[in-house]
Amino acid sequence: MPTKIEKDAHTGRDTTGHEWDGLKELNNPLPKWWLYILLATIVWAVGYCVLYPSVPYGTGYYHGLLGYSQRKTVDADVAAVAAQRAGSMDKIRQISFADIRKDPQLLAVAETAGRITFANNCQPCHGAGGGGRPGYPALAAGDWMWGGTLEAIQQTVTHGIRSGDPDARNSAMPRFGVDNMLKPEEIQSVADYVMTLFGKPEPGKDVTAGRKLFTDNCAVCHGDAGQGNREVGAPRLAAHIHLHANTRDDVVAQVTNPHMGVMPNWDQRLDPATIKAVTLYVHSLGGGE
Amino acid sequence: MSRISKADRQLQLQQEERGEHLYANRVRVYPKSVHGPVRRFKWAVLIFCLSLYYVLPWLRWHRGVTEPDQAVLLDVFHERFYFFNLKLWPQDIYYLTGLLIMAAVGLFLVSSLAGRVWCGYTCPQTVWTDLFMWVERLIEGDRNERMKRDAGPFSLDAAWRKLAKHAIWLGIAFWTGGAWIMYYVDAPTVTVEFWHGTASIEVYVFTGLFTATTYLLAGWAREQVCTYMCPWPRFQAAMLDEQSLTVTYQGWRGEPRLRGRRHDGDSGGDCIDCGACVTACPTGIDIRDGIQLECINCGLCIDACNHVMEVAHRPKWLITWDTLADQAAKARGEHTKFRFFRVRTIIYLSALVLAVVVMGVALATRSELGLSVLHDRAPLFVRLADGDLRNGYTLKIANKSDKQTLFELNVDGMPGAVLTETDEGLGPAVRLGLPVNADTVGTFRIMVAGQPAKLKGGSQAVDFVLSNTTTGERTVYHSVFMGPAGNE
Repeated sequence: MPTKIEKDAHTGRDTTGHEWDGLKELNNPLPKWWLYILLATIVWAVGYCVLYPSVPYGTGYYHGLLGYSQRKTVDADVAAVAAQRAGSMDKIRQISFADIRKDPQLLAVAETAGRITFANNCQPCHGAGGGGRPGYPALAAGDWMWGGTLEAIQQTVTHGIRSGDPDARNSAMPRFGVDNMLKPEEIQSVADYVMTLFGKPEPGKDVTAGRKLFTDNCAVCHGDAGQGNREVGAPRLAAHIHLHANTRDDVVAQVTNPHMGVMPNWDQRLDPATIKAVTLYVHSLGGGE
Repeated sequence: MSRISKADRQLQLQQEERGEHLYANRVRVYPKSVHGPVRRFKWAVLIFCLSLYYVLPWLRWHRGVTEPDQAVLLDVFHERFYFFNLKLWPQDIYYLTGLLIMAAVGLFLVSSLAGRVWCGYTCPQTVWTDLFMWVERLIEGDRNERMKRDAGPFSLDAAWRKLAKHAIWLGIAFWTGGAWIMYYVDAPTVTVEFWHGTASIEVYVFTGLFTATTYLLAGWAREQVCTYMCPWPRFQAAMLDEQSLTVTYQGWRGEPRLRGRRHDGDSGGDCIDCGACVTACPTGIDIRDGIQLECINCGLCIDACNHVMEVAHRPKWLITWDTLADQAAKARGEHTKFRFFRVRTIIYLSALVLAVVVMGVALATRSELGLSVLHDRAPLFVRLADGDLRNGYTLKIANKSDKQTLFELNVDGMPGAVLTETDEGLGPAVRLGLPVNADTVGTFRIMVAGQPAKLKGGSQAVDFVLSNTTTGERTVYHSVFMGPAGNE
């Protein structure tokens, strides 16, 4: 409460009774038009409450005379965007990859749709930007098991890997350890040899026996020099990156009892145009061929 | 606008005095027309400001076929801003910051030197109000005639005059609102479109909006804007000191004010208390009360008083531009010199000069080339089959010139780095040629692969060096190359 209301000598007006660092304020009346503007805003607010959704009651609310609803607006916006997109996605479905890439605008649409689709469906396993993780191949690195051309990627996405789809990419690595195809010490020496393939040999280790075992058991799929074989999805071993990590223990574990991942056949969830879009996006990540 | 009689006003003051009124009626101001040097100068400034405002959008400036030929155009739709031979992008927004700093400091400097001359002469509120008052005077006559008609009963004569006045006000307001739009879209085009009904809805809405604000603020609100709405009168006190030139009533000479002609031996001062300064004031104040919030420093009271002094055979300039310090000195029979250089003006002046120099240099050395580099957030790096590391970047190259330009990109700080552009399929190469169309931003996905030799904590510095192959202009963007931490 103001306590020290004084009369100002110059104007004859009262002060407000407040003081800030020695400054006092005159208690001047507010202009009337200012009050009228306040009243006008109140009238406006009443009108607004009648016309627009305003009063909540129990489980519902008063909808207003205009029947305005943000949900309706959103639905209309979404429908408009879908209609706008339909044309582009139709075109993406119909024309070839080469023709899509000739149309920068269509390519931008495809890569955007592909990026969103990738984030919603592929990213949980392959990582953001296709960085990959142990057991889930890196898509950005350019080291492909089944091929990195647009057509090869489209095929993989559509039908999956070991997915049960009749056109799925299928391959199986023998369980050399579990099924006693190789003795544990043989597996150890194969592992020693595999480590030499990508420049991480154990110094002074004799790998002659390992090389022999590799040629007899592994080379038929992985190639003589570990260069891999895309026909059967055999990973390239002579590379610095591997599906199941890079240490010797990882190699031993994989030879003994191989992990074999499964990728779904995405044609069950995505339409052909979206698959083409996500193919273009994956191809653009840096590994495309 | 409410009108009240003298008796009402008296009652209101009494009620206020007893603290009974929370709200005050507006006291209508009927400024009387004045003639004299100050008024003439004010007309000249008004004509200059209005001409500038209305004519500027119509000035043409040839910039070639693909560019608009309007000298001043703020093309918000295409995000380009044209000022004669200067063309700015939204990225150049800091020039606007600079301009605002200069305007603010300039205002401080002028205020500390000569008071609120901005308010009195060049503020749009003052200029348009003055113009509207001139129209009012033309149709409804001067102060006394207007007051008499307003106080009298309804008549046909009063009605047509009011009608004509508001019609002309609305016409000027509409012209003002229309001219505003022309700063944002091509003036001749939008004029034709406007009258054919083919202009965009924004054009009509904003023309309507600025018509309404001009009409209301200059026709109806007037001095209420300065007194109640504008923040400037509230903090101008901080800019003024006793060395600032302001419109000043020379109390030492005028007091004690006495009505009537002066004779030898009179005890009265020069002020004959005729009230000419009060009736001339567009904000309705008495300048003899001293410097006050409502005073916009326009000086029309000077002209009014000079005229009276001449008739009364007293020296002119009883109300004049002077400093408080000089007034105090004159009251003692001394005289002080006007001090241009004071601590406050030196600070304002240095800030102004600094801002002008910085912005001038920035403008003179303005680059037509802009580069920004965004490192991919995921994956931070990719290990390749051959053991190299690769990082992905998004490059945005702004080509502000009017020619398609080939830029050459290379990376400094990582010997042997190989660049690939994935969207266009350029590279791999140590140097990439990147074409960007005239007046656009080119976006490129760049992959950099190599063996980073100086990784520390998972990253090392690299520089993206971009050069214009035609002009040789170079720009460098400092970025990083990332790899596995703990591998260095």
